[in-house]
Amino acid sequence: MSATPDELTTLITDAVRQAVEDDVKSWEDDELASFLARHPESQEEYLSGSRRTVKRVYTPADVADIPWEDIGLPGRFPFTRGPYPTMYRGRPWTMRQIAGFGTPDETNERFKYLIAQGQTGLSVDFDMPTLMGIDSDDPRSVGEVGREGVAIDVLDDMDDLFAGIDLEEISVSMTINPSAWIVFALYVALAERRGLDLNKLSGTIQADILKEYIAQKEWIYPPEPSMRIVRDSIAFAAGRMARYNPINISGYHISEAGATPLQEAAFTIAMTRTYVQEVVNAGVDIDAFASRLSFFFVCQADFFEEIAKFRALRRVYAKMMKEEFGATNPESMRMRFHTQTAAATLTKPQPLNNIVRTALQALAAVLGGTQSLHTNGLDEAYAIPSELAMKVALRTQQIIAEETNVTQVIDPLGGSYYVEALTRDFEQGIHEYLDKIEALGGTLRAIELNFFQREIADSAYDFAKRKAAGERTVVGVNKYVDEGEGQKIEVHKIDPTSERRKIERLQEVKRKRDNERVQETLAVLLETAKNPDANLMPATIEAVKAQASMGEIVKTLEGLFGRYTETPVF
Amino acid sequence: MTDTPIRVLLAKIGLDGHDRGVKIVARALRDAGMEVVYTGLHRTAAEVVATAIQEDVDVIGVSLLSGAHMTLFPQIIELMKEQGVFDRHILMGGGVMPDEDVETLKELGVQAILGQDTPPDAIVECVRALVLARQRTV
Repeated sequence: MSATPDELTTLITDAVRQAVEDDVKSWEDDELASFLARHPESQEEYLSGSRRTVKRVYTPADVADIPWEDIGLPGRFPFTRGPYPTMYRGRPWTMRQIAGFGTPDETNERFKYLIAQGQTGLSVDFDMPTLMGIDSDDPRSVGEVGREGVAIDVLDDMDDLFAGIDLEEISVSMTINPSAWIVFALYVALAERRGLDLNKLSGTIQADILKEYIAQKEWIYPPEPSMRIVRDSIAFAAGRMARYNPINISGYHISEAGATPLQEAAFTIAMTRTYVQEVVNAGVDIDAFASRLSFFFVCQADFFEEIAKFRALRRVYAKMMKEEFGATNPESMRMRFHTQTAAATLTKPQPLNNIVRTALQALAAVLGGTQSLHTNGLDEAYAIPSELAMKVALRTQQIIAEETNVTQVIDPLGGSYYVEALTRDFEQGIHEYLDKIEALGGTLRAIELNFFQREIADSAYDFAKRKAAGERTVVGVNKYVDEGEGQKIEVHKIDPTSERRKIERLQEVKRKRDNERVQETLAVLLETAKNPDANLMPATIEAVKAQASMGEIVKTLEGLFGRYTETPVF
Repeated sequence: MTDTPIRVLLAKIGLDGHDRGVKIVARALRDAGMEVVYTGLHRTAAEVVATAIQEDVDVIGVSLLSGAHMTLFPQIIELMKEQGVFDRHILMGGGVMPDEDVETLKELGVQAILGQDTPPDAIVECVRALVLARQRTV
């Protein structure tokens, strides 16, 4: 809290610390030294996934300088142990398997299948043209419509996507970024078409543009207008949509692009600080929107480091919101996040091993206190997942939730000398990166300087080399390799007619709609955009209600906002 | 083999932004002494073929993780044939693709498809071997 250092509560007394240190010293000189002389350890140095040295064993002396106030209790500042006082005792995490392919009808069927299997939240994966704000019938979309996700162009598509699904009952997460504000507008317009109460809609739209420049590389406009769009989405939701998260600040893609867990955590916090500043600068009170900020992280393979990462992130965020931004409502300081297991750890050889990898990563996410979870399909090194692969992935979560009893006690690793020390080291490591980014002139400047991009590329290359050298074991790939054919699995097949059907459907909508109305609404949108203080959301909602397509909306603003291009570094 | 370094054009075609793999390949080839030109993201097949001709590269390496490989590779091959350079540049690919698609692409003339688990050294060896084999046939 705001206590001065000498008011803080230490975990152990100086006398205990001295006794422990004496004990460690005598053990090192005695048992350890004689044992090592006969049986040396397998490595000279042991490193975590973030390439930080870990010790042989941890003791109370390693946590002596961590005040109790930094650990604390769940649901209370600084939220190290979890955002809620009851965590999974009150309600298990949301089991949210992402799905999306082909036409909206096809994805709707998969959603209904997943709900029937016990899934408790929906998560939409869009195809590349939708993610980039390009219509299905645009020449740039050839071969990509409905491939990596579902293809959405107009309001009718949204209606088909959620046909027969009660949006006041189930929460819906949508992974989309540069064109997110249009999908958000589509969602709001659909709710209005169905007569739903906006305050009852729960869910999340990713809309995290900064990590796109850094890692995922989906963009349309340059950072400045893109930040304005993010600001407008957050400001629109504030006061209108009490249960909706208008941004999902994501470390996941930073990690998947090759970053270490520490880089993932630090870069995500750096982006968060920038978004929060942007909205505060627009005159919105911190406590009016901060409680609706949500987060998304990966859970990688290094079990304990990942758990410490989640704990450290909650603590760093809470302190930043309170101390730097002056939030006073505890809900503004409590970090809530979704986790996905690490797709890049999945292997093509011996694909059944991926079930085990995913289960362990999922367990770490749960021990780290995630609010929702996606477990990857065993076949995702081949293609987007089959129905069977998704079912096994969902069952993995259900087994953790209902068979292992790990949900009974909150933050069960809290107080572990090792995990507490790792958490503290992670917190310090995040701050070292934040200082470096500030010294460069802040997040946006660091993006221009390619700072993040270079850091990530360096880590990715380093990892690839260590994996190739066998320094980093990947079972079935660089160790315990099968000779010959190997396991064969059935993968998801894309219906080759989906693309054509989607294009025909869009063209039919374009023929039947009131084109004059579309042009009018787009003209209003452009006028609104010219005033940098105006909010783009209402005009966008009007345009999508007139069945303007995503591609048309993007193009309308392109002349004004410009287009982003990257100078790649490797 | 001659002493001039092998020239490689690495390209991302289509809309996907997954560039972790292509950047690792770029660095591995460069560290192995090759000259690497990387197009950056979101290129069209026509742009890539034009760049390959202009840069006079030995190898075109296309990275694709969007699932559009069965559309975009045939486009490149057709363009290369149209412009009479299909025998001049070795075409390779990388990304997430089902095994049966990999086989079809090889039949169409993609000389190698390297998956996500290929070690950097193996990529270097593969490029060298393909260039050497082509020099022997020329």
